Amino acid sequence: MKYIDHHAHMVSRTTDDYQQMALTGCVAVTEPAFWAGWDRSCGDSVEDYFRQLTEFEPKRAAQFGVQHYTWLAVNPKESDDRALSRDVLQRIPKFLDRPTVLGIGEIGLNRVTRNEIATYTEQVELAIVHRQLILIHTPHLEDKLKGTTISVDVLRGFRQIDPRRVMVDHAEEHTVEMILDHGFWVGLTLYPQTKISPQRAVDVIEKYGPERICVAGACDWGPSDPIAVPRFAMEMRRRRHPESLIQRVVFDNPAHFLGQSPKFRLPAHAVETAAPARIG
Amino acid sequence: MTMPISSRPHPSPLTGGELVDEYFIENRTRLLEIAAFLDRLDRADPAVAGRDFRVQVFLEAVHALTGDGDRLTRIQRILSDPTTGPLEQLDRKSALGAYDRRAAEGRS
Repeated sequence: MKYIDHHAHMVSRTTDDYQQMALTGCVAVTEPAFWAGWDRSCGDSVEDYFRQLTEFEPKRAAQFGVQHYTWLAVNPKESDDRALSRDVLQRIPKFLDRPTVLGIGEIGLNRVTRNEIATYTEQVELAIVHRQLILIHTPHLEDKLKGTTISVDVLRGFRQIDPRRVMVDHAEEHTVEMILDHGFWVGLTLYPQTKISPQRAVDVIEKYGPERICVAGACDWGPSDPIAVPRFAMEMRRRRHPESLIQRVVFDNPAHFLGQSPKFRLPAHAVETAAPARIG
Repeated sequence: MTMPISSRPHPSPLTGGELVDEYFIENRTRLLEIAAFLDRLDRADPAVAGRDFRVQVFLEAVHALTGDGDRLTRIQRILSDPTTGPLEQLDRKSALGAYDRRAAEGRS
């Protein structure tokens, strides 16, 4: 089955991982801007990272027939640093016209500080001004409920935002309903420990249905799984859900959300499965 | 675009009995892992639960398993920061997995 992984930090992964993803049916990945695991020293360092995301990774993915797209932002883990954030926000617009940039992300909160909220709000404004899709990171573990609530409240403060162009990612059981109720897309990131498992993600689909819900692996430099999405599909089959429902979640839904960007195109080999996105 | 599949909830096609057949062994294993973790803590330091808020919250969550209804959301809330306001300053980069209510009460 073909699938799209809307959240994969491929700069942290090996080329073998691209191959494994392609072998399991991945046709496209989108890569949100991430924290390197240590704080970058200056805006130049972040700008080099944006070049890696927009120039190098698409070529690496293309070797295996995988389309690579990206999101640009100051990641929430670094967004408490206001000086760095202001510097990076000034640099982002010149990258937005690049052919594989889909929007602003992942933006949001980490420990839910006043500085993080200020940077997050500025990044939402940036997305609105430049008419970009938005990908929201929600905090981890005990911070998720409060952080998601405040993130959604900030979004609701912007009348110009079309919630159908926003995905709130890393959702879990206690945040899914709030995100859906406000008209946003829900992202479930399948993680071995700190987020949601494939089994629990299937429970969410069973409880809420597939409308505006996507799943992703969110693989990065930590313990994570580049083929988490096919594991979700396998779990769906284990519960005897139909292939049409699985395809809706792992392919049609992300194609629908990402296809709102005119830049998002699926490779020709992927389009026999119906999707709204353009053929590359 | 017309989506080919209903957007309504999709309950598991498996019956209760089939779910037990399919998932009992792996969840039995998980249950034993939790019991073994708590026994391990007791052997190492029987008083740790009195000092470490994470263990206290963990035990509270284990008790929540025995209730009816939406156990998972209940446990998520037990583990969550119940406050609603932002932090004035960044204290650390990473979350710990549970909220230290006692320390928060001491700060307020």
